[in-house]
Formats: sequence, C-alpha cells, structure tokens
Amino acid sequence: MLSRVAENLYWMARYLERAEDTARLVSVNSHLLLDLPHQTALGWSTLIDITGSDETFAVLHDRRNEKNVVHFLCVERENPGSILSSLAGARENLRTTRDVVSREIWEQINEMYLEVRDQAEHGLAPRRRDGFLKRLIRGCQTLTGLIEGTLSHSAARTFIEIGRHLERADMTTRILDVRSGNLLPKDPEELRPFENLQWMSVLKSLTAYQMYRQQVRLRVRGPDVLRFLLQDQHFPRAVARSLEALAWELQSLPRHDRALAAAALVRADVLEADMQALARSPDELHAFIDELQIGFNTLHEAIATAYFARLEDTPRGLVPAEEDDEEAD
Amino acid sequence: MSLIDWQNYRSKGFYDELLAAPGQPRPAARELCDILAGFTPQDLSERKAAAEIAIQTMGITFTVYSEGSMIDRAWPFDIVPRIIPADEWRRTEAGLKQRVEALNLFIDDLYHDQRIVRDKVLPAEVLAQSVNFRPQCRGIDPPHHVWAHICGSDLVRDADGTLYVLEDNLRVPSGVSYMLENRNVTKRVLPEVFATGRILPVDDYCAQLYDMLASLSPRPHDEPQVVVLTPGIYNSAYYEHAYLAQQMGVELVQGSDLVVDDDDIVYMRTIEGLTRVDVIYRRIDDLFLDPEVFNPESTLGVAGLMRAWRAGKVALANAPGAGVADDKVVYAFVPKIIRYYLDQEAILPNVPSYLCMFEKDRRYVLDHLDELVVKPANESGGYGMLIGPRATPTQRAEFAERIQADPRNYMAQPTLNLSTAPTLCDGHAEPRHVDLRPFILSGTDIQVTTGGLTRVALVKDSLVVNSSQGGGSKDTWIVETDGE
Repeated sequence: MLSRVAENLYWMARYLERAEDTARLVSVNSHLLLDLPHQTALGWSTLIDITGSDETFAVLHDRRNEKNVVHFLCVERENPGSILSSLAGARENLRTTRDVVSREIWEQINEMYLEVRDQAEHGLAPRRRDGFLKRLIRGCQTLTGLIEGTLSHSAARTFIEIGRHLERADMTTRILDVRSGNLLPKDPEELRPFENLQWMSVLKSLTAYQMYRQQVRLRVRGPDVLRFLLQDQHFPRAVARSLEALAWELQSLPRHDRALAAAALVRADVLEADMQALARSPDELHAFIDELQIGFNTLHEAIATAYFARLEDTPRGLVPAEEDDEEAD
Repeated sequence: MSLIDWQNYRSKGFYDELLAAPGQPRPAARELCDILAGFTPQDLSERKAAAEIAIQTMGITFTVYSEGSMIDRAWPFDIVPRIIPADEWRRTEAGLKQRVEALNLFIDDLYHDQRIVRDKVLPAEVLAQSVNFRPQCRGIDPPHHVWAHICGSDLVRDADGTLYVLEDNLRVPSGVSYMLENRNVTKRVLPEVFATGRILPVDDYCAQLYDMLASLSPRPHDEPQVVVLTPGIYNSAYYEHAYLAQQMGVELVQGSDLVVDDDDIVYMRTIEGLTRVDVIYRRIDDLFLDPEVFNPESTLGVAGLMRAWRAGKVALANAPGAGVADDKVVYAFVPKIIRYYLDQEAILPNVPSYLCMFEKDRRYVLDHLDELVVKPANESGGYGMLIGPRATPTQRAEFAERIQADPRNYMAQPTLNLSTAPTLCDGHAEPRHVDLRPFILSGTDIQVTTGGLTRVALVKDSLVVNSSQGGGSKDTWIVETDGE
C-alpha cells in the first residue's frame, strides 16, 4: 500500500474520532450545566481548555460564553479542531483515496459534512443543538459500522483502526485532564458539592456511565472513575483498551517494531500509574496526563516514520543533510 | 405502440450510421432496429432508467469544475448503440495499425537522424517550430523503439460514407474507460440483442494494456512493478486513471509518491518502505513530468524522472516527446510519412488540410474563412478553433490576424458533414452527430480496440462531442454480418 494512501486513511479516522468526541463533549456539557446551580465557575470555559484551543479561541472571540464556545467547537471554520473542520479534514483525506474504501463510506462522510456545513450557515439554536449533536454522533457510529461491515481486513482497514484508537486515547485523556483538574479537591478533607454529579458528567462525555456502573457497582468517586477511564481493559474508550487495540492492529503491519514499542511503553505507563495518588493531587494528575500526551506523540511519530515516508525513509542521496552544503553549486 | 418509428427518422444530408434511408436499417443494424421499434414507450423508459441506475451504481463519472469546486457528474450516455459492420472495421483497424506504426518510426527518426527532414519530406521549419519536440529526448532508444504506446485517433465520417482520420492523440489520450463501461451498461440494458452473438467483445483492453506496459520493463526477468501516474483528483480524467489502475491491479500514484535516487532508480513510497518502479503509465503532460528538466514549478511530476528514463532504469508510456507527432500541422504530412517509412499508401484518408505556413494555402484559407474550420497546431479538446460557417464576421477578422501573425501555428480543413446516429431524445429517436475514438496499443506488436469510444453531440445540430460541453457517448458495436 502506498504511504500516501495509508496516511490519508489514518488521518481520516483521527478526524472522525475527533469530530465524534467533540460532539460528545458539547452534548454532555449542555446537560451538566442544566443540573448545576451556578453556571459561573465551570460554565463553558473548560471546553476550550480541554480541546487545547485557548489561543485560537482568543483570536476569534472575547468571551467564553455558551454561544461563542458552542459555535467555536461545532461549526467554526477557523478552528481546526471544530466538528466542521474535523469532518472537512476527514472528507479531504478520503477524497484522494476513496477508491480503496467502499462507496457507502465515502457517501456517509460526505453527507455528514454537508449537513454540518448547512447547519453552520443556519446557526445553532440551543433548541436544535441536541438533535444536531445526536445525529452527528450517530453518523460517526454508522461509519464505524460501515467500516466494520464493508471493508476487508487489509492494510487500509488497519490504518483506519490505528488512527481511530490513537485519537480516542488522546481525547479521553484530554477530557480527564481538564475536567478532573476542576474536580479534584485541593484539600482532600473538603467536600465539594455536586462533585458526584460532575464525575458522572465525565463518564457521560464518553458514554461510559452505564458500563462503569456495571463494572464498579459503587457510587461514582474520583479515583474509581480515573481507574475506569485510564486502566479498564474492557471499555472501548478506556485509554489502556484503546492502546491494546492499536497494538493488535500494528502487529499485522511490516516493520512495526518501533511503533509497537512506543505503544507498549505508553500503555505500561497507564497501567502502572497509582490511581489513588493521582486522584489526591490535581498537579500530579496533570503532569501524568502531559506525560501520556508526549507518549501519544512519540507513538504517532513512530507510526509516521515507519509508514508515511518521512525523510528517514528516502534514499540516502536525497536527504538534504547540512554537511553536504559545500558540495552544492 | 412504439415511440421509435424508423419510417419517420430522417437524417437529411448526412450519412446515418444505422439507417440507409427512412425505414431502411443497414444490414448490421437490422436486428437492433427491429427490437427498438418493438419497444413500447414503457419498455423504452424502463431501459433508459436502467441505464441511468447502472451508471450511478457503477459510479461512472467525469469531473467538471463549477464555481471553484469539483463536481463528479454522471457520465451522459445514450442507450442506442452505434454499429459498424465487421468487414468495414477490419479495414479501419488495418489502417490504424499502419498509421501508428509509421508515426512511431517518424518520432524515433526525429529524435535520431532526422532522415525525413534531410530527405525534404518534412520541411525543416515544421520541426523547428514544433512546440512538442523535446530536445532532451534526442538519442534515446525506448524499448521496441516505440514512443507512442497508447494512441487515440479520432475518426469521423463524411456525407459520402468515407471514414477520415481527424487527429491522432499521442500524448495522454483519454476515454477508453468509458468505452469499456459503456459496454457493461449496454449489456445490462439490452441483453436480448447480445444473445445473437454477433457483437464482438471489447473487454480485453486492460489485460492487453498491462501486458504491453509490462513488456517495457527494464528488468524483464522479474515481475515488473507497473504504476499509473495521475495528476490527482482534480483532473477531469481522474475517474479513468483510477479505473485503469484498478482493472490492471496496479497502484495509482501521484508525483509525491515517487522518488528518484542517485542511482537513477524510481521508487514509490509504500508502507513496506521504498519499492522499485519499472514502468510508469503516466497521465501527466510532458512539461509537468520532471521539474529538473521541464517546468520547475511543477508539483505534479517527479524530480529526476527524465534522468531515470534516459538511463533506461524506468519505462515511461507514452515516452516523453511523443507529442511531436500530435500536431495538427504534422498531421497533414501523415500520408507522406506513411509512404516514406512504410512505402505504402495510407489506408485511412486524412481530412484535406491547408497549411497556413505555405503561402498558397494561406491565401486560400484567408479567402475562404467562412467555409473552413481553422485549428491551432497544438491545442487539444477543441479549444482555440474557428468554425468558419458559424462564426461572426468579427471573429473571422480576428482569426485572420492571428493566422497572419503566426502562420505555422494554423491549419484549416473544410467543414465536414459529420455522420449521425439515432439518439433517444424525449423518447423519440433523432439523428445526432457522432465521432469515434479507437485506441491503439503499440509494444512488441500493435493492437486496436474493437471499435472505440463513440461520442455524440446531444444538442440538436451541434458538432461538439466533448463531454464537458454537452456531449455524451454511445456503446460501439462491431457486428459480424453474413456478407449481405
């Protein structure tokens, strides 16, 4: 398989997962805020932090209010992480390689993109927002189903799965990072109101609430939620589970040693972490998640180097090495 | 009651491909005409709908630009096939083989000794002013001495029934995928006619194309790595590039997928690492092939590709420089070229042509602009032409100036009365003008497609068959007759 095709499929899957997770984030936040008495402390601001888009947002908007944040995350063209941009990215990546996937997959992505684009033009009224987000999440799930049901287990599918699992692991840690940063008590003795409710919202952002209840059977508490979303071996959006699925896919590819090692390393980090300690200290948790993000990045670089034809892959004579300068005329 | 009434079908002043006269189908078309005449209006609309659904589900599209974005349009297709009797086709096929053989000898000569110029058969100034002559190709010996491996020649039929060659496309001719898909659609739509078994099959093309490309490999003992090089999805023929790659089972690559190393070998970047490429069926024009040699701005090509080709490490089809014979002025010399290299008379006639570079011809052209079609030497796709009888006096005056400013660049031909074929229009059969593009493959031997792509001007009285300008296409049947 051509490196370009593999890279396009990988990014298509990452963009789709990003669109879906962003939709989940906005949807759950809307519900959470309806339950909380004051909308001031958390409000919508955290979503900008979660998605790491402080700077982009600041350029486009003054206030982090509901209208601005929702617009920014859902349909802002200038935000490369918005749902609209993510779908556009997925569509662009597939457009040049659509011959390798089944026709239905292309049509589904195309339809979703066109719907979101139309929505962008008409504006996102709060009353219609919920239906819009639900349709979008459902659309992404339809795609996952189409890939499962219509795409052969070939290299094309492998790169789609790898992209999806890596993005999913990444988005899950992002959600944990900022949400829990707000939730974890600075002073462990202090009992904060609505804490339980907010941890539930973390679970719900990831459609993890039911699965958590089945597995944990206790009231929702910080350390347990962290353990579930980071270390659970069965829940599909848990970080450890995503990384395991990714490693399994990598094994079917040639020259997978470095990427597989990078995946194993970051997975070991997750599994060996002390959840009690992390749950006690917001700073420690934040540092830990930063470490994971670096691990994901190393993993991405290892995949890109092995398969997407970086400079290291090009023949010796073509690498523009600095020391060759004197020979150039 | 059928909507198709051959008694009332009149193609006045033109040769019709299916009917000799109202109510009189030609022998090869008799069965088809009978079946169509037996269709009820409902039959007809069902068949038409079946064709549309087939085209949609098979995803047969062509790409057009509209308001800055790219649109895939369904391929416009007419269900009534165009029929050519097999005996006429055999003669045509022989003529095409003769023509392409001579053209390849001609190109090879131009890049070596230029005997034809020294012997004054081709005026030196024609070569001197050719925009498609590539000095970088001099002295190269491509495999089998073939330069134009894939040729698409356009044939038109005049009112007297003679088939003429209108032009030879030797650069990157397109349309063959539509020829193949048209047959697939027709098989679904009119299966009963195929039951007679007299329609010759067309589906061998992709296998022949692959074998021909593989025969060019610089490593004849290994399984050759063949690729199709496309400029990308924004190219109007992208559908065809993807189709041919898929049918041959080879990779569809873009310039950025390929890399040439210091050893002059071409590699493609795959998930397995760098893989050597032996043969490139390139669908990119010469000038974009290699920024090291041609247009340095080109991002479509591959730096070093010409180096690799000259070193014989990779085969390019068509070879760079083959377009020198794809020039409407050179075209006028083809009968002489055939005589010069093969010592034969041309089997297929050229359309009579006036070359504005010769004073006598130029004077005639300027005096008869209202009767002639004037063409620039090196445009394709029907661009930059003057259709004299349909032009305004201002347009003609403007063209006269252009001709005088650059006579070598213009040639003129009488307006032909292009033949017609019955075409469904609102459920009725009406005559519409058609042409024919057969494809000729040259490797160790020469092969011609069975028939070719018939393009039809769907607009009444129009002569423009290009799909981007309201043209459509038909399936083309070569039919065995019993010598009637």
